[in-house]
Amino acid sequence: MSYLEYTQKATPTGLRKVLYLNWALILLLTAVACVGFLMLYSVAGGSMRPWAGPQMQRFTLGLTAMMIVAFTPIWFWRNVSALAYGLSLILLLLVEFFGTVGMGAQRWIDLGFMRLQPSELTKITVVMLLAAYYDWLDIRKVSRPLYVLIPVAIILLPTFLTFIQPDLGTALLILVGGAAVMFCAGVHWAYFAAVIASAGGIVTAVFASRGTAWQLLQDYQYRRIDTFLDPSSDPLGAGYHITQSQIALGSGGWTGRGFMQGTQIRGDFLPEAQTDFIFPTLAEEFGFVGAASLLGLYLLILLFCIVTAIQTKDRFSSLVTLGVTATFFLYFAINMSMVMGLVPVVGVPLPLVSYGGSAMLVLMAAFGLVQSAHVHRPR
Amino acid sequence: MKRSQKEAEDSARKITRRSMIMGGFMLLTGGILAARMRYLQVERADDFRLLAEENRIRIDLLPPARGLIYDRYGQLLADNEQNYTVVMVRENVEDVDAVLDRLSHIINIDMASLNRAREDMMARAPHVRVTLADRLSWDEFASVAVNAPALPGITPEVGLSRIYPFGADFAHVVGYVGPVSDYYLESTGDTDPILQTPDFQVGRYAVEARMEQDLRGEAGNLWVEVNSAGRVMRELDREAPVPGGDLQLTIDTGLQNYAQARLGNESASAVVMEVETGEVLALASSPSYDPNLFVRGISVAEYSSLTENPYRPLASKTVQGLYPPGSTFKMVTALAGLEAGVIEPEETITCNGFVELGTRRFHCWRRGGHGRMNMVDGLSQSCDVYYYDLAQRVGIEAIAAMARRLGLGMRHDLPLSGVASGLIPSREWKLANRGSEWVVGDTLNASIGQGLVLSSPLELAVMTSRLATGRQILPQLVRTLNGVNRRMDSFAELDIPAAHLDVIRQGMWSVTNFRRGTAFGARVTEEGYEIAGKTGTSQVRNITAAEREAGVTANEDLPWERRDHALFVGYAPVENPRYAVSVVVEHGGGGSAVAAPIARDLLLRAMYGELPPLSAYPVGLRREIEEMHDNMDLLPLEVLRSTGQVRA
Repeated sequence: MSYLEYTQKATPTGLRKVLYLNWALILLLTAVACVGFLMLYSVAGGSMRPWAGPQMQRFTLGLTAMMIVAFTPIWFWRNVSALAYGLSLILLLLVEFFGTVGMGAQRWIDLGFMRLQPSELTKITVVMLLAAYYDWLDIRKVSRPLYVLIPVAIILLPTFLTFIQPDLGTALLILVGGAAVMFCAGVHWAYFAAVIASAGGIVTAVFASRGTAWQLLQDYQYRRIDTFLDPSSDPLGAGYHITQSQIALGSGGWTGRGFMQGTQIRGDFLPEAQTDFIFPTLAEEFGFVGAASLLGLYLLILLFCIVTAIQTKDRFSSLVTLGVTATFFLYFAINMSMVMGLVPVVGVPLPLVSYGGSAMLVLMAAFGLVQSAHVHRPR
Repeated sequence: MKRSQKEAEDSARKITRRSMIMGGFMLLTGGILAARMRYLQVERADDFRLLAEENRIRIDLLPPARGLIYDRYGQLLADNEQNYTVVMVRENVEDVDAVLDRLSHIINIDMASLNRAREDMMARAPHVRVTLADRLSWDEFASVAVNAPALPGITPEVGLSRIYPFGADFAHVVGYVGPVSDYYLESTGDTDPILQTPDFQVGRYAVEARMEQDLRGEAGNLWVEVNSAGRVMRELDREAPVPGGDLQLTIDTGLQNYAQARLGNESASAVVMEVETGEVLALASSPSYDPNLFVRGISVAEYSSLTENPYRPLASKTVQGLYPPGSTFKMVTALAGLEAGVIEPEETITCNGFVELGTRRFHCWRRGGHGRMNMVDGLSQSCDVYYYDLAQRVGIEAIAAMARRLGLGMRHDLPLSGVASGLIPSREWKLANRGSEWVVGDTLNASIGQGLVLSSPLELAVMTSRLATGRQILPQLVRTLNGVNRRMDSFAELDIPAAHLDVIRQGMWSVTNFRRGTAFGARVTEEGYEIAGKTGTSQVRNITAAEREAGVTANEDLPWERRDHALFVGYAPVENPRYAVSVVVEHGGGGSAVAAPIARDLLLRAMYGELPPLSAYPVGLRREIEEMHDNMDLLPLEVLRSTGQVRA
């Protein structure tokens, strides 16, 4: 059943759409954002400046963006998804050539009033285009090799452009987010198994060949990989972040040291505490109870999104919702795993909590898609 | 795109199934994350709490205030003053040179010492604090503090630094402190962590060095919360340092100052002691130097001017200098003779100017001879022939034994640097050290304090105290440590019959009070203040027979380093001895002309407790003495009066 078959009577129109929004989801998002405000206030040493205040403004802007996206019929978004994808690719190329270098990587274009980070936008446009593609595609052809290659190309193009910026974290999110849409669309599991197996095979081969005559990489490249995988081998460099992060987490204990009482953050031991390493601060000040509560909020958001995806009978709506859900999940799962020392450090922020403009806006707009799918679902 | 109903339902079912799988995976991941949180935050919370504390807490050592050093009247001889310094840690400084350059525009600092500090800093671990400059003025100190944001890694600090208010007067007694060198750490094996702090100073010489453990005190601890840059956020706890012990010396500042001034520019030394207590009132060694130079860091030029000076200002001659005691040794030989019973006090020996021993002639200092001498005459006129004769009867063993009983040839371990032991030779010593047999000629030379005999001025002063009291006086330099008495308060008898000592004392009296005494010119005319003593003129050269034929060159015509040493030992007042003195003027000439007047002046200054009145001197000397007093550069009376050392 496609949008063309919707009975116009069944979908709310005008301001009535407000009543049909998924208010529980909005409440959850706001709650998570409030945790962010609180922590940014604490990281700044009890001040709205320089982070908490601007973050609130951005969240308000993000809420507005979400409403606008939500009130726009979901079929409009389906129609413009190819355009959006193309636009984001062009922006990625612009960044490559004209972008501003920040933190050693070309990531944003300075528009004057804000810094646009096209790679953030790309995460959503890839999901949109993939959803539209599978909406268009005959279900029986989904697992045919040729029709599998097309979405793979859609995913790999922006992934590659982001990877060379270099922004490993975002590239990973685009790749896995896109793969999640493909998975949900029903691509045969054997493809995924094959990819995972071959990736594992390559990694094994690379490591197995080390020290032998047919070694696949140079020695310095192996050393780089070592440092990446085990930061403690470089305790003053890459290892410093993760060591201090774990100290902050661990010293929180059950209930934490109390709001504004974290010694790790007060003493500047935790770098980047307002962005990628904000979770240890929360864990230090509010302990296991606080950290687990935030995780609970995130899981609830996932639950509401998945329910939305299942409720709607529209293929595009479902897949877009699931793609957004998967991306959101990857955000916090990678960030938390990273700060807890489960995976190597890649630059992924904690969604809605870490300080950052583009990510917040794009994420709220993406939830706007979920809302739109919810509002305009066939009844 | 138009789809059949069935297709649409298939699609929805597939999506639902796949999203359930994805949701399940997400939930599983959430579970893993929660488990990891629990592990870190609950199970290992204590470990991480500890690491966090180590992160944020730093323990700084608080240097103790060094103990102060006072003289016997409470006059401060070594004080601590505030010292404004600039300290740098290069750990978190990106461009060290730029910071140092900025600093050099803010304070007045010479580039050579700044470069030295820079090299020192680069050679050490990045977190080590290195002092860039010290003794800043308050203005400089304040401008460093104001410019702190432009000077990362640099902190202005206030420390304590040693100062010696009387400068050169006490260089040889109090000594000085200096920085902790690697050599110091190695040679002392001292592991006190406070030694590692920059600018910490330890005693390097004399009392400061020898009493180091008592003066240093114990470091305190300061627990501070720091941030990752090491900057102190707040103080958590403080354990105050224990200041070092305050030391009271037996020295009399007024007398010490007078003694240094009286020795003037001679290469000379003098010791003044209280005969009953052994307390050393003055230990003067000249020339001297300003110990404050060493505290600040002496320049190469200043240091080499001290080491190259032939008068050896760095040597503390009172305890380090060893001289043939010359005729001041004659009391030892005389007492040995009396004790051995080989001579009676009234027995006379005739001096013809020399004694022949085999083919060698031993001359008296008086070419024509003294004629008939009894023991008192032999002392007062210092007849050598009398002692040559006596020595042959007594033998070296008895003389050496008596010398040791009187405190010669032993190290009197005052807390000073390089305290030397004199030498009282014996047959065994000569065989072991010179490889030759003892001959009678050696005994003759030893009997008049020549040849192999060596004594320090301190030993001679101890000998004099023992002669004056008849007890085994030992010298004392420290009265109290932190108010606790550190002196010996009783001394055993020497077990020398009073009759024997009386003869010696009478001889020493006649040296300065009998018209023909060798130091009659240095007599005291004020009743009750008379002094007794013995002159000594010790040869540095050997006079050969050929020289004697040609006529002995007058002492004044010789190069300085070959002239005779002038010595005098004495005590006063004669009737009830209170003070003993020994004076050695290196290459000064005759003991009677050079050393005796100095000894007289020191004894008078000690007895009067202030500049002696002219009435104490013979009429013919008064003008000369008055002139000398006028020209002496002495401490102002107000300084001495402030502690009651001199009557107001």
